Amino acid sequence: MPRISINQSRCKGCGLCVEVCPKHLISVDRGMNKKGVYPSFCSRPEDCTGCLLCVTACPDVAITISED
Amino acid sequence: MKNNANNQPFLICGNEAIGEAAVQAGCRAYFGYPITPQNELTAYMARRMGEEGRVFIQSESELAAISMVFGAAAVGERAMTSSSSPGISLKQEGISYLAGCRLPAVIVNMSRGGPGLGNIGPAQADYFQSTRGGGHGDYRTPVLAGASVQELADLTFLAFDLADRYRTPVLILGDGILGQMMEPVVIARPDPARTPEKDWTLTGARGRPPRCVKSLYLGPGELEAHNRKLQETYREISDREVRSEAYMTDDADLVLVAFGITARICREVVSRLREEGLPVGLFRPITLWPFPEKSIRDLSRKVKKLLSVEMNFGQMVDDVRLAAEGNCPVEFFGHGGGEILTGEAITEAVRDRIPR
Amino acid sequence: MTGNPEKSAYSRPESLRDVPTHFCAGCGHGTVHRIIAEVIDDLGIRERTVGVAPVGCAVVAYDYFNFDVTEAAHGRPPAVATGIKRVRPDLVVFTYQGDGDLAAIGTAEIIHAANRGENITVIFVNNGIYGMTGGQMAPTTLVGQPTATCPGGRDFQLAGPPIKVCEMLAPLDGTDYIARGALDSPAHTRTLKGYIRQAFLNKLEGRRFSLVEALTACPTYWRMTPPASLARIREEIIPQFPLGVIKE
Repeated sequence: MPRISINQSRCKGCGLCVEVCPKHLISVDRGMNKKGVYPSFCSRPEDCTGCLLCVTACPDVAITISED
Repeated sequence: MKNNANNQPFLICGNEAIGEAAVQAGCRAYFGYPITPQNELTAYMARRMGEEGRVFIQSESELAAISMVFGAAAVGERAMTSSSSPGISLKQEGISYLAGCRLPAVIVNMSRGGPGLGNIGPAQADYFQSTRGGGHGDYRTPVLAGASVQELADLTFLAFDLADRYRTPVLILGDGILGQMMEPVVIARPDPARTPEKDWTLTGARGRPPRCVKSLYLGPGELEAHNRKLQETYREISDREVRSEAYMTDDADLVLVAFGITARICREVVSRLREEGLPVGLFRPITLWPFPEKSIRDLSRKVKKLLSVEMNFGQMVDDVRLAAEGNCPVEFFGHGGGEILTGEAITEAVRDRIPR
Repeated sequence: MTGNPEKSAYSRPESLRDVPTHFCAGCGHGTVHRIIAEVIDDLGIRERTVGVAPVGCAVVAYDYFNFDVTEAAHGRPPAVATGIKRVRPDLVVFTYQGDGDLAAIGTAEIIHAANRGENITVIFVNNGIYGMTGGQMAPTTLVGQPTATCPGGRDFQLAGPPIKVCEMLAPLDGTDYIARGALDSPAHTRTLKGYIRQAFLNKLEGRRFSLVEALTACPTYWRMTPPASLARIREEIIPQFPLGVIKE
């Protein structure tokens, strides 16, 4: 089962992953990271299918996906 | 012609002598753009580099040529380019990058009349440009000025060695006469100087961390630290690599200071005036940077006058004055406009200035 | 397992250092860096690759790529790459250049490297603006697009139309592969990766000059959100800079 992990300190909050997730699993966090941006987070990681669209869209390699 | 197999001299022009010496010094790549009066060098390299299976490219511009030299130098190969004054102005961009990135390279300037397009006659009007760094930023380049075809060849070997030893671009400064005149020369590579291992070259990060060639230092204090390292190198070069020649200066009242082809003419003038019993001598800087300050300072303490003779309107004379530290008068004689200084004109200038 | 979004797991490619970049949020440079690193990993050429970085937003590419990289004066990467490749043909040499570096100050170098058929790969990142210096007009800025130096929009009469680099270089006999992709969607991003992979493969097969142009966004100086800037690529830019393999 794919496990999505978003590095919130690397995330610059561009929101591109939010746009592309076909299952709308990713949203913008309500808290700021230390860069002063609102990073993305995956609200329902258990629903992630590992399609990698978010990885493809992320300009900062802040998202990794591993197979359990 | 490939080499003096039996050390017999052969007749060759200055531009070609530099080319042959470069080939024998192990220059792996030549990049250049045509400009008079150094075209014989580009053409010679086109033929010889081909014969040797090495790299020759006639580039689209001087900017590209010097950047190609940069690329070849970054992977650790000996590389050179050549041009004449207006082309050297264009190359200053790349020379500054070579200096900032600490890359070895040899650049030949067979200088001509300027400013602007000037003319294609011989001139020494690029002294400031050559010795002050030429491009932007706080750097120096060793400048080697020969006075004969033989010496141009000899200095070419030295230029490659200095470039590698100190990781710096090195300039060979000649002029239209030296480039085009033919003299018998022997071109034979001296024992190669020991140069440090190139542990900085970009050869692919196999079994080692990646390397990077750069001159950009954005962090606080980084550029300062890098520039201090450059300055240390320049100090080392200044301490070790000054070269000059003195001719009949021991008992001279008036010493001419001249470099390159002008020194060659001045030497004749000194010889003739000596025959008349006039106490004159010649001091010839071979490295224009580092400038032979100490020798000139020593001279300034024992002679009555120094006379800087140049094919320009007075450039090296500034350095002679600085070196003389006011110990004796320093005068200037010269003209600039792409025409050679005649022995007669220099003789007359010396007679007018000889201390009575 | 690493560096390949076609598989169902993804982690950072070895050819990309694990450091944060200085790029703005949503900037395409990060993605193009990542794609190049993935391709280099996939082809197993990291240890014999030398990159040439430009002047512009990608000037510190050597801080991000995990292989040998050199800087070059503004616009001169194709000349530097030529010098490297000619003396070390065994190395895989590529340049990474923005639109100012490649299509303005470096026009002579790119045309002649292409025409000589240098065995190098050029990755041309076209976001239609000068990011590093504060959003000035680029040679590829669209007519009507406002920038710091054409506040009323690029004027065709004053500045001409945007330069189409691929179409300019494709007729040269020295070029073997010219393609244009875009980062406006994951699908296009994957297609772009295919182009870049082909451009590197060409090097390994000894083919001549290859160039891949990537249409990317500069949300900061387009003054748009990152998602809106991708929509702009799709709606305004791609119609003027058609995607696809232009020459192979």
